[in-house]
Amino acid sequence: MATILFDGVAYGMLMFVLACGLAVTLGLMNFVNLAHGAFAMAGGYVTVVLMDKWGVPFLACLPIAFVAAAALGLALERTLYVHMYGRSHLEQVLFSIGLVFIAVAATDWFMGSSPRNIQLPAWLQGRRDILGVGVGLYRSFLIVVCGALALGLQLGLTRTRFGSRLRAAVDDARVARGLGIPVGFVFAATFALGSGLAGLGGALGVELLGLDPYFPLKFMVFFLIVVTVGGTSGLLGPFVAALLLGVADVAGKYYLSSALGGFVIYVVLIVVLVLRPNGLFARAR
Amino acid sequence: MSAAPSLARRARWRLAEIVFWLAAFGALFAPTGRHLLLNEVAILALFALSLDLILGYAGIISLGHAAFFGAGAYAAGLFCKLVMPDPLLGLGVAILAAAALGLVSSVLVLRGSDLTRLMVTLAVALVLHETANALPQWTGGADGLQGMAVGPLLGRFEFDLAGRVAYAYSLAVLFVLFVLARLVVRSPFGLSLMAIRRNGLRAAALGVPVRARLIAIYTLAAAYAGAAGALLAQTTGYVSLEVLEFQRSADVLLALIIGGAGWLYGGIAGALAFKVLQDVLSTGWPQFWMLWMGIFLVVLALVGRERITLGVRELVARVAR
Repeated sequence: MATILFDGVAYGMLMFVLACGLAVTLGLMNFVNLAHGAFAMAGGYVTVVLMDKWGVPFLACLPIAFVAAAALGLALERTLYVHMYGRSHLEQVLFSIGLVFIAVAATDWFMGSSPRNIQLPAWLQGRRDILGVGVGLYRSFLIVVCGALALGLQLGLTRTRFGSRLRAAVDDARVARGLGIPVGFVFAATFALGSGLAGLGGALGVELLGLDPYFPLKFMVFFLIVVTVGGTSGLLGPFVAALLLGVADVAGKYYLSSALGGFVIYVVLIVVLVLRPNGLFARAR
Repeated sequence: MSAAPSLARRARWRLAEIVFWLAAFGALFAPTGRHLLLNEVAILALFALSLDLILGYAGIISLGHAAFFGAGAYAAGLFCKLVMPDPLLGLGVAILAAAALGLVSSVLVLRGSDLTRLMVTLAVALVLHETANALPQWTGGADGLQGMAVGPLLGRFEFDLAGRVAYAYSLAVLFVLFVLARLVVRSPFGLSLMAIRRNGLRAAALGVPVRARLIAIYTLAAAYAGAAGALLAQTTGYVSLEVLEFQRSADVLLALIIGGAGWLYGGIAGALAFKVLQDVLSTGWPQFWMLWMGIFLVVLALVGRERITLGVRELVARVAR
């Protein structure tokens, strides 16, 4: 029981890091970006290639995955995404599905279609018994890293100058621009940060989620669920939602059969959206 | 001034439409064996037509329209296997099943904003996909529903390997449902839908019962999608989990967007272009097709559809001059 809770929390934390960039673009900036998973996949493949080909240690791969995905995100934001802000949701959906298809095809071309995996360092493998609860070392590592990231992000959004500029730019881009806030720069930096976090999440998630060219399509739904269930009031909502869904998914797959447990999260999604159409933590607009 | 004459004018059949349908039925007698592909085109066209009803006319974006397609396919497959093999009865059952599902899920879909709708449509399709996957004793699970022996059409025409009967059947169903859709969207009911799409608040202020209208069109579109799914199940004699996959919802959205939403023929033109291109481009490396589809979508979204249609129209006008 406690082990399931623990695994669910670790899974949810990972989901949060993967999805928090989307929480900002979709939740705050109201841009439907279905291609978010492509950045996570980029981070994952960077890690796989670095570890397999060049023998880079796992911990060193994580920041590289972050930087690579952030650079990719920044490049795409400046060239393509910037034209799509303020368009209709349908156009954004088409645009980002197109990006997903391109990412899947390109990854298949360069990396092959077979699933990839990584060899974790020895000190992250295995389980320990703590107070009678079996605790996976890698999952504890995930909880620590992702928890620290979540805390840092929340503080960054609420306490720093950049955070308040971002919130102002999201609330009313025109007025923010009038006040001298460089809205385009803030959005680009935020997008790059979100993509980088997705890349980091992708690198952390190779072990738990697996990695193949269809990764962005397979997990697209998870990210969207985290954001829509969490609501658009900030990062707290997606964080709670990610934990809730992580625990629900792991518990559902454990207590029900693995086939039946698959749709526990979708049922959670539908129930939440029916009861609270704007998510758990909706902001009054 | 009464609205009746303008409605009647909009409802008149144009020459190009008549030529198109004559050509479509004429293709039945074409000697070469492309009828299997044409059958797929007709089915996708019907599916895209169904999406057009909600997207092009009522403005509901759905990322999970495959839910109804799949429901229709499984309903037709199970009916054929367990009750009786007559295709037309199976089609009716599939339509009813999909419509019932549409009615139930419309209550969920019509809450909240665009984004919530996207998510709920997606989730409904995913729940169905997982359900079908979890009930292998009914659906065959990942292996698909096998052993469908579809009876002859009208008790007389056996489905042949060349697909001629299949194409005739699908085209006939497409035509009947198309004419019905044409009547619906040109009726006052259809006009009120377009008013809702443009501005739901003002439509409500004019006295349009927004919610009831949206539920009605969503249910109708679900029935259409169910018919398309049933056609696929009956003409291929097989139903797999693919009928409920996200890819199918994305494909139909793409087909509709290629042809242009909101004028009924968009789905048909898009389905034709989509299937023919897919047939040409996916020989060899299958991801090639995906790559092209992605590039197409990105360019389309960046340039903007209005600008492309405007450009084409100008081109046509210049050539015609």
